[in-house]
Amino acid sequence: MSHADDHQGSRRDFLYYATAGTATVAAGAAVWPLIDQMNPSADVRAMSSIRVDISSVEEGTQLTVKWLGKPVFIRHRSPEDIAHARADDNADLVDPHARNDNLGPDADASDANRTLDKEGKWLVVMGVCTHLGCVPLGNGAGDYHGWYCPCHGSHYDAAARIRRGPAPRNLQVPVAAFVDDTTIKLG
Amino acid sequence: MSGIPHDHYEPKTRFEKWLHERLPIVALAYDTLMIPTPKNLNWWWIWGIVLAFALVMQIVTGIILVMHYTPHVDLAFASVEHIMRDVNGGHMLRYVHANGASLFFFAVYIHIFRGLFYGSYKSPREVTWIIGMLIYLAMMATGFLGYVLPWGQMSFWGATVITGLFGAIPFIGPDIQTWLLGGPAVDNAALNRFFSLHYLLPFVIAALVAVHIWAFHTTGNNNPTGVEVRRGSKEEAEKDTLPFWPYFVIKDLFALALVLLVFFAIVGFMPNFFGEPDNYIEANPLATPAHIVPEWYFLPFYAILRAFTADVWAVQFASFITGGIIDAKFFGVLAMFGAIIVIALAPWLDTSKTRSGAYRPAFKWWFRLLVIDFIVLMWVGSRGTNHPYDYISLIGATYWFAYFLVILPVLGLVEKAKTPPATIEEDFIHHYPEASGSAAE
Repeated sequence: MSHADDHQGSRRDFLYYATAGTATVAAGAAVWPLIDQMNPSADVRAMSSIRVDISSVEEGTQLTVKWLGKPVFIRHRSPEDIAHARADDNADLVDPHARNDNLGPDADASDANRTLDKEGKWLVVMGVCTHLGCVPLGNGAGDYHGWYCPCHGSHYDAAARIRRGPAPRNLQVPVAAFVDDTTIKLG
Repeated sequence: MSGIPHDHYEPKTRFEKWLHERLPIVALAYDTLMIPTPKNLNWWWIWGIVLAFALVMQIVTGIILVMHYTPHVDLAFASVEHIMRDVNGGHMLRYVHANGASLFFFAVYIHIFRGLFYGSYKSPREVTWIIGMLIYLAMMATGFLGYVLPWGQMSFWGATVITGLFGAIPFIGPDIQTWLLGGPAVDNAALNRFFSLHYLLPFVIAALVAVHIWAFHTTGNNNPTGVEVRRGSKEEAEKDTLPFWPYFVIKDLFALALVLLVFFAIVGFMPNFFGEPDNYIEANPLATPAHIVPEWYFLPFYAILRAFTADVWAVQFASFITGGIIDAKFFGVLAMFGAIIVIALAPWLDTSKTRSGAYRPAFKWWFRLLVIDFIVLMWVGSRGTNHPYDYISLIGATYWFAYFLVILPVLGLVEKAKTPPATIEEDFIHHYPEASGSAAE
């Protein structure tokens, strides 16, 4: 008697499938907690937003604060910074998107879409190079009057847009807003 | 293929017979130690022992260091300084462990290039080769994780850069990176799990080493001629081989003693030679060191990672045909892992019928160029990314891939190889006519 005769499916076949199915579900259910435990824990996730006093940040300088374990650059741009950044709006940008969490994903990378205020005095960006996460050096570093990442040589301009080097994107603008004239809320 | 014929363990005393019937563990040890080994092995074959020794040394010193180390962001750096200053002999143990990683990688690179030259990867030793590459990958993971534990600046930023590689994967990369780190950035969660895995992986390596040895004890060792041991009879096999104990153990231990002489001179007199001064500054998430470099043994692959910038045509082409999914960053990551994968694929890329490179006149030169390429990549990986280093790393990376993907397949078809000796015995007599004179009677 060949197995081909038995295409109806027997009680034994049913038991095989039921056992295999149950074992698969059980294995998945057992493995998931072992994987999920590596995701951020509740105390890490609880870090939501911070307020930063910017009254002491002089024009032409930068304040670096730690938020979500990463540095955030809050730069009080000088008129020259603003002039450089706005002049570069017409330059050949590597990343044409604003990368601004306060705007939609379609916003272009003009200087106005990068800064926090209309005059362009305040630029708030994550201090995390979009290449591999180093902290770029600021205060006009690099060839474009902005930031320079020492790890792999990415140059950012005065609006923290990537201009040259291995980094693929502009420095991210985090969710940020003025609470009053001298306080910025991150997150 | 069965093993090389040789004498097997015979239990003699009553106790040995009693144990052998219940657990043939002495037979396993005897047959492993007395394995017939080609008698023409040269000095390039001593690095296996050095590697085994390095693994044991790293596990022993590592377990001891853990007795004094604290895996917490606030205490890790201080606990390492506590080991250096307060623990009895602690500075020595730490320097042995830190430099032991360098010894381990130095030995593994010679071991791998030995295999690449003498065709040790070719049939029937592909499984040994693949297991070896898995060991190498586990070594790299262990080395990277261990370097994070002292929680210095290089530890922190090295961890940031390397986990950033996973963040470069399209779509799911950032989630994987967060999952690996246990948070948005390298922090306490990452330090704790890195410590856990750094402790685990050496035992995984030890298990893989056992399988590696099992595999090449099944096929028999390769040798400088690439000619297989004759297996027709025990007598025939004994003309080509000598038992591993005592002949090769003593030779290997002599070589190990010389290697350790140099190693302990480095540990004693220049223990920070391979280290980075920046790692004696505690980790600071707000300031990147001016110049991040990985440990020397990662530099060739680090150079390949950095070689492919957005202005390279291959990167632009990959970006174009994938609709931008593969950008310069992800391309670099793929190139770096690809540079290791091509080594693992060597058994199937090399088309030459001649196993040993010693009988391949053209291959020899391409191989020497590969060794030089490796050293040049190592050097350029420690430099900046400005001109002319960008070109040097791009040329170096290109040759690396060309060697495995073009030269190995094509050369095997076009090259006219010399004829290796018919037997290992013939090769041995050729090298040592006076020693073989009486033995061949």
